[in-house]
This record gives sequence, structure tokens and C-alpha cells, in this order.
Amino acid sequence: MSGFDESLLDDADETERVRFVVNGRKVACEVAPRETLLDCLRNALELTGTHAGCEMGACGACLVQLDGQAVHACLMFAVQADGATIDTIEGLTESGVIADLQAEFHRRNALQCGFCTPGMLVNAHELLSQVTRPSRRDIRDALSGNYCRCTGYEAIVDAIDAVAKARSERGGVT
Amino acid sequence: MKARAFSYFRAATIDQALDAHARAGDDARFIAGGQSLVPALSLRLQAPRLLIDITHIAELRGVRREGEFLRIGALTRHCEMLSEPLIAEFAPLLHAAAPFVAHPAIRNRGTFGGSVAHADPASEFPAMTLALDAEIEMIGPSGSRRVKADDFFVDLFETALQPGELITAVFVPLFKADQRFAFDELARRRGDYALVGCGMLATCTGERIHDIRISFFSVGNTPTRVKGTEATLIGSSLGAERIAAAQAALEADLTPPDSDEVPPAMRLHLARVLLGRMLGRLGVGG
Ligand SMILES: Cc1cc2nc3c(=O)[nH]c(=O)nc-3n(C[C@H](O)[C@H](O)[C@H](O)COP(=O)(O)OP(=O)(O)OC[C@H]3O[C@@H](n4cnc5c(N)ncnc54)[C@H](O)[C@@H]3O)c2cc1C
Ligand code: FES
Ligand code: FES
Repeated sequence: MSGFDESLLDDADETERVRFVVNGRKVACEVAPRETLLDCLRNALELTGTHAGCEMGACGACLVQLDGQAVHACLMFAVQADGATIDTIEGLTESGVIADLQAEFHRRNALQCGFCTPGMLVNAHELLSQVTRPSRRDIRDALSGNYCRCTGYEAIVDAIDAVAKARSERGGVT
Repeated sequence: MKARAFSYFRAATIDQALDAHARAGDDARFIAGGQSLVPALSLRLQAPRLLIDITHIAELRGVRREGEFLRIGALTRHCEMLSEPLIAEFAPLLHAAAPFVAHPAIRNRGTFGGSVAHADPASEFPAMTLALDAEIEMIGPSGSRRVKADDFFVDLFETALQPGELITAVFVPLFKADQRFAFDELARRRGDYALVGCGMLATCTGERIHDIRISFFSVGNTPTRVKGTEATLIGSSLGAERIAAAQAALEADLTPPDSDEVPPAMRLHLARVLLGRMLGRLGVGG
């Protein structure tokens, strides 16, 4: 009835098998409970497009989509994601849903070192799937949790703004 | 940095969560959105033996009317505080506060119950439960109880929650036609914790205030109701003189903490400025 097995308490580092759908593929991994989703994606699944920055939820380099919503991979444990659908920057790239955002970032030099870019793109993708024509202020608000140490944001905001405009002129999202 | 090793248990029901906590003793933590707990574990500020995941407990979800209250399930996410029509209609102060809580991706996971339980004095929602005269419902080994927000926040990160007790829902009195509200905060950057923030709920007849509850955050060890200031506003309408009197009264109600970054006198000044702006808007019905 309780569902809780007391022997769990005896070996805290014992690994568990977790299953999720990552970038459209079913995967299973063995993880210790203390491994974050970020560790699991980068180390076990070798999806290194998801970047590890602060590992504290402050920089936004580790954003992924979990069941369709942007979340910080450093702020959850892989065991918590058991059964979830995850899309990383690799998956979003392969599927082509952010191709126009990527092209616009490229065109406008909205990156220098590129460390922040995967998180910026995941965030921009989320914003544009919720608000068709965000104001520059909305864009800045949405990016408030993403640190870029190189570009000063202007080109990033320009790129997102341009894509929003182009998409809405085409009549909606992708 | 990495959390110290722990065991993980995903609870499907409240009973399972309480039972697991009881059997692990004080050494267990519930995890909801994890947006405050995971950083605390990574920094090893906390190192429990057992993490009990409560996010799959259906009983903790949902927002619905219950008599004179809106019942907001503990697992209601910050992003739902923005999107849920019942919140916008019956708890508009919470709806107004939600965009100021952290950043979009954090709002996708962080929960209302987690924010109230965590009781960060710089957080928006705990302070708003005070302004709203909300009641916090919790359940523990010795049953379920409801505590008024006025009695819930005890000290820095300390609440009326006893070890092993779980917040199930927050009950907010339904917003009424003769009420007005205001929310605002001063922060260096949108999404950052506020230097000072405030929410208020007033009951009025025409321009006359019958009742007002004003709650500040980021100005002390707990969310802070300013009862002396409230008293200066009751029974009158909101002219410039009345607003100035309320601003003057703040000094006796607030004891801002000493910090190198924001000295107490500056924080008090910011609180006065914020109060003046918000009462001004309230006077014109905003
Ligand atoms: C970069 C960053 C910026 C942030 N900025 C802000 C901000 O501006 N304003 C703000 O308010 N917050 C901010 N937060 C915190 C965030 O809003 C959290 O979501 C919230 O405070 C905690 O909710 P949670 O559901 O994530 O709780 P968790 O992190 O899961 O838990 C927090 C604590 O509450 C306990 N707990 C959780 N749920 C329950 C329950 N139902 N019953 C009993 N105990 C429970 C846990 O055991 C733990 O001790 C920020 C966080 C980050 C990482
Ligand atoms: S690595 Fe996750 S937010 Fe910085
Ligand atoms: S491009 Fe270098 S951090 Fe943003």
C-alpha cells in the first residue's frame, strides 16, 4: 500500500533505470538519483549541445524542452524526468523547427563564442510558440534568465524580432 | 557542484508521501518544482537521505472554487498562475504578481505551494498570501489543518509547517466587486529578486477605503504586513495628504535588514516610493 521500500534508504548512490524519449528516440539510462538531467544528457547520452554553465538555474545555458516546455536541465534530476519527452538543441535542429531562428542568429551575428546560444534558441522558440508578435520588451523579458557574456543582447533581440515578424507575415508559426 | 548522494522516491498519493517521510525521519525532503531545492542540494546547503517527489500526486493539482474561496492546489505552477482564467478572475493580485516571479523557464517548473513552503522573504507569492488573507492547508502525520497566512510565516525560511507536513492547497478569499488591488516591485532587472516589493488589497465604497491589507517583501526576515500603515488609510479616501501620511507611517512598520548592497535607509526610501505610486494607482481604480 505504501509503495515505499525502506531498503531504498540503505544505498543512496544505487543507480536506477530511467526511460525517456529524447529527440524523438526512446532511450534508457542508468543514473544515480543525484545526477541532474543535464549530466545525463551530456555524459550518458553525449548530447553536448545542452551547455553546463552555472548549474544553478541562473544562466540559461542548459535549457531544453521537457514535454514541450522550456526548463533548466540543471534544475532537475534525471530520475524525475523518467517517462518524459525531451527535446534538446540537437533535436530541435534536426527537425527544422528553429531553422529560421538559427539562420537569423547567423545573419545578424547574434553570437560570438556561442556558449549561450542553445539556451537562447530554446527560449526564443518557446516565446514565439506562445506569442506570435512579441514586443522588443517582451523579448527582453523572456531572455532575462539567459546570460550572454559576449554580444550585449542587441543582435539577439533583433534576430528574434525579425523572425517573429517574418513568421507572422507568413501567417503564423512555422 | 553535485548534490550529496540521496535516494529518490516518487510518491503517487499523499499517504505514500507522508509515510515515506515518516519512515526516513527528519532526513527527508519533499521536492516539487525543485527550483529552489535543487540549487540548495547542489550547494550542499541541504543533504537529505531521501528525496520524495510529490509532483505526480494528482490530489495536489487543480484550481477550483470552493465556497467563498478559490482553492489553489499546491502543485499549481507559476506559469499556470498566469494562464489559469480562475486565478485572473478570482485572485487577480496573484495573476499580477506572477510575471515578476523569476524567469519563464523557472515559472514552467516552480510551484505555488513550493514557493509558499520555501517562504523566501524576497519571494512574491508568500507575501501575496498575507495581503489576500489566504489560508494555507497542510497535512501531516496527525491530520489536516488550515493556518491563516498571518500565522504561517514565523521567521527566516521558517513557517508553521512541522517536519513531515505537506502543503496541499492555499485557499484565497474570492475577489469581490468592491475590491481593488495593486502589485509592484523595484528590481535591478526583470526576473531578479526585488530590492523591495509590495502587494495590496482594499475594500472600498466609492472612494472610501473600508479595509486594506498591504504586504511587503524583501524588507525583512519574513513577508511583512504593515498594520500601522494600513490603519492610517482606513475610513478615508485616497488624497495626496493621506498617501503622504501612509508613507510616513511605514518607518514604524518596517525594519529593513542591514546589507552592504542596500542600506536600510535606502530600502525604506524605496518602500515609501513604491507605496506612494501604488496608492496613487489604487486611488484611480488601478
Ligand atoms: C535563478 C532563479 C531565480 C528565481 N527568482 C525568483 C523570484 O524572483 N521570485 C520568487 O518567488 N522565486 C524565485 N525563484 C524560486 C522559484 O520561484 C521556486 O520555484 C520557488 O521558490 C520554489 O518552488 P518549487 O516548487 O520549485 O519548490 P522546491 O524547490 O521543490 O521546494 C522548495 C522547498 O519547499 C518544500 N516544498 C515544496 N513543495 C512543498 C509542499 N507542497 N509542502 C511542503 N513543502 C514543500 C521543499 O521541501 C523545499 O524545502 C528563483 C529561482 C531561481 C533558480
Ligand atoms: S547551467 Fe542551468 S541555468 Fe546555468
Ligand atoms: S555568445 Fe558568448 S556567451 Fe553569448
